[in-house]
Amino acid sequence: MTLLLDKPTSRVAPAGKAPYWTMRRRDTLAGWLMVAPQLAGIVVFVLVPLGLVVWYSLHEWNVLAGTFNFVGAENYKAMASDARLGPVLRATGLFSVGLVVLNLSLALFLAVLLNQKLRGTVVFRTLFFSPVVVTLVAWTIVWGFLLQDNGGVNAFLNLFGIDGPNWLRSGGTAMVSVIVVQLFKNVGLNMVLFLAALQGVPAELYEAARIDGASAWARFRRVTVPLISPTILLTMILTIVGSLQVFAQIAVLTQGGPGTSTTVLVYYLYQQAFQFHHFGYGATLSLVLFLIVLVLTAVQWRMRRRWVFHEA
Amino acid sequence: MKKTLTAALTAAALLVAAGCGGGSSSSKSDAPVDLRMTIWSANAQHLALFNQIAAGYKKDHPEIGKISFESIPFDSYTTTLTTQIGGGNVPDLAWIFESNAPDFVTSGALEPIDKDADLLPSTTADWEQDGKLYAYPFSTSPLGVFVNTDLVKAAGRPAPAQQIASGTWTWEEAAKTAAAVQALGKGGVVVGDFDYKGWDTLNAIWAGWGARPWSEDGKTCQFDQPAMVDAMTFVHNLIFTQKGMPGPGVTKDFFAGDSGMILTQISRAALLQKAKFHWDLVPLPKGPAGDYSVVGQAGIGVFKRGKHADAAKQFLAYFTNAENSAKLAQFFPPPRKSQLNAATLAKANPLLKPAQLDSVVVKGIETGTIKPSHTGYAELQQTVRAALDPLWKPDADVKTVLSGVCSKINPLLAK
Repeated sequence: MTLLLDKPTSRVAPAGKAPYWTMRRRDTLAGWLMVAPQLAGIVVFVLVPLGLVVWYSLHEWNVLAGTFNFVGAENYKAMASDARLGPVLRATGLFSVGLVVLNLSLALFLAVLLNQKLRGTVVFRTLFFSPVVVTLVAWTIVWGFLLQDNGGVNAFLNLFGIDGPNWLRSGGTAMVSVIVVQLFKNVGLNMVLFLAALQGVPAELYEAARIDGASAWARFRRVTVPLISPTILLTMILTIVGSLQVFAQIAVLTQGGPGTSTTVLVYYLYQQAFQFHHFGYGATLSLVLFLIVLVLTAVQWRMRRRWVFHEA
Repeated sequence: MKKTLTAALTAAALLVAAGCGGGSSSSKSDAPVDLRMTIWSANAQHLALFNQIAAGYKKDHPEIGKISFESIPFDSYTTTLTTQIGGGNVPDLAWIFESNAPDFVTSGALEPIDKDADLLPSTTADWEQDGKLYAYPFSTSPLGVFVNTDLVKAAGRPAPAQQIASGTWTWEEAAKTAAAVQALGKGGVVVGDFDYKGWDTLNAIWAGWGARPWSEDGKTCQFDQPAMVDAMTFVHNLIFTQKGMPGPGVTKDFFAGDSGMILTQISRAALLQKAKFHWDLVPLPKGPAGDYSVVGQAGIGVFKRGKHADAAKQFLAYFTNAENSAKLAQFFPPPRKSQLNAATLAKANPLLKPAQLDSVVVKGIETGTIKPSHTGYAELQQTVRAALDPLWKPDADVKTVLSGVCSKINPLLAK
């Protein structure tokens, strides 16, 4: 009996020495294992490329000649004196502001309209959402035809005796066209997000407001908007980030023209890297884009306490 | 537990390593050599001919495995090609546009190839450096004017062939014909691949005024020179005043019968095989500077960094030898003296009459100026495109716009 007791079984840890695999350690390990695939993905597809972009931005890389020379801050200096960058940033800002304002207001407007219990709302919801599932390039090419000088849009305007502008070929209208094409492509997605949020607003709040004598506008302003504000934040961040990455529409519709009026940052860095073969400079520009997106997102995230309902 | 962990981590590490490390294949083994040529044609007839030539080569070369011709869309061809090269996916051979010739030739990316004495010197000039040839100019295609004779007749204008016979085939007359056709609701004259972006295709017009985009040495802009201002004023009038060329953003497809004339390379004749209208091919009209012709060119180069540069060089020599060059001649006018006669070309081009071939092709290649080219061409192309955009409005001041082009590109030319 004593003998047996003296010999501890393997399952019981020797007194005085804590087992290595404590509950806490095991949990930590399990946690790491669970996130390992995702983490590996982030390292391989996000962090390593990001590091490489920084590395490339310090080099002059000529793919044709196969040369890759360290130039230090040369690309950054070139950027500081690049006269084309100003107009490019202006076009980028114009596109983003235009798109975000139009997209969010139209999406919210449609969502409020289609949130009514009326016949046919399902049809309209499907109609507005359908462009979201259409291939981006196919959508853009079709719009390209419609927006030609002798295309569908101007033919339609002609029915009312209006002589439409040459949409994609004059400075002001080209930017408007690109924004509108992108707007109708994605407004359905934000609309669905808003619809879901609207349906989550408790009906008794509206009832209470009505009893208090609040007008329709006041109910929208004081009840609806605050309660769906988390969704507004989400759609805003998604739309801004998306708008800064617009590429296919520009490449298909205007190639950055007329002049450089629709040359947004992504298109400009594509030109520099892939068309002009300044890969190092292209990498520098993409870092600028990354910083802009990062700062804008961080600012919105910080500001959310001010206006997002549940964050107050 | 520990064992499972180690196994899992090892597996993860292996996965990551596999993702990062590219497969390194050794070319020293006896495995068959695969060759890849990037091209910008996706025409089934072109591909059938290339594959036929490749099959003939493989018969005598058992070491060759597969020879593939990879079609890349025309519009993004050079961009895609250089991206492939940058990504380490270097093709063994590639078609190269004449406008990019200086970039490719001076970069040192290409292997020098053997120069056949049969090649016309005017066709190889753009592809040489320090006496070595870096690409074979397999297609030297003069620009001609395809005419929809039905539309010209309907517009009540004399056929260009008649005007050539009477010596009145000038740009002035051509513009009148174009305007008369456009008044019918069709397009007048279209410049192939221009579309108000590919400004270098306008070379087919301004060469008639003796104008050039930049000086011979490529150092100074010549857009603001009187010859260019006159030529571009003519183009601007043709579009907005005479209304003989479809305006920006308007598409009129000649090959579908929607326009009276098109300035393009004769290799496009293949598109007229099923045309439902009568057509003719004539030389470019006479400009103020007299008779002229313009040649579009394409070369095939072998990449030094391709996996099988030597095998690719041998294949290129076979692909372009006299026998195969004669076969290719049905689509791509050959750069060989011995084959540049109407008789050889007629055999390969059943759609074109010997007289058409002689006036447009043979004379064109002998005397033609080649489209503009320069190092850093893509950047120049885009910069000029953007600076020329203000010209494509009815009230544009041609001289001011062209001076603006020069102020934009002079810094690039001086580089």
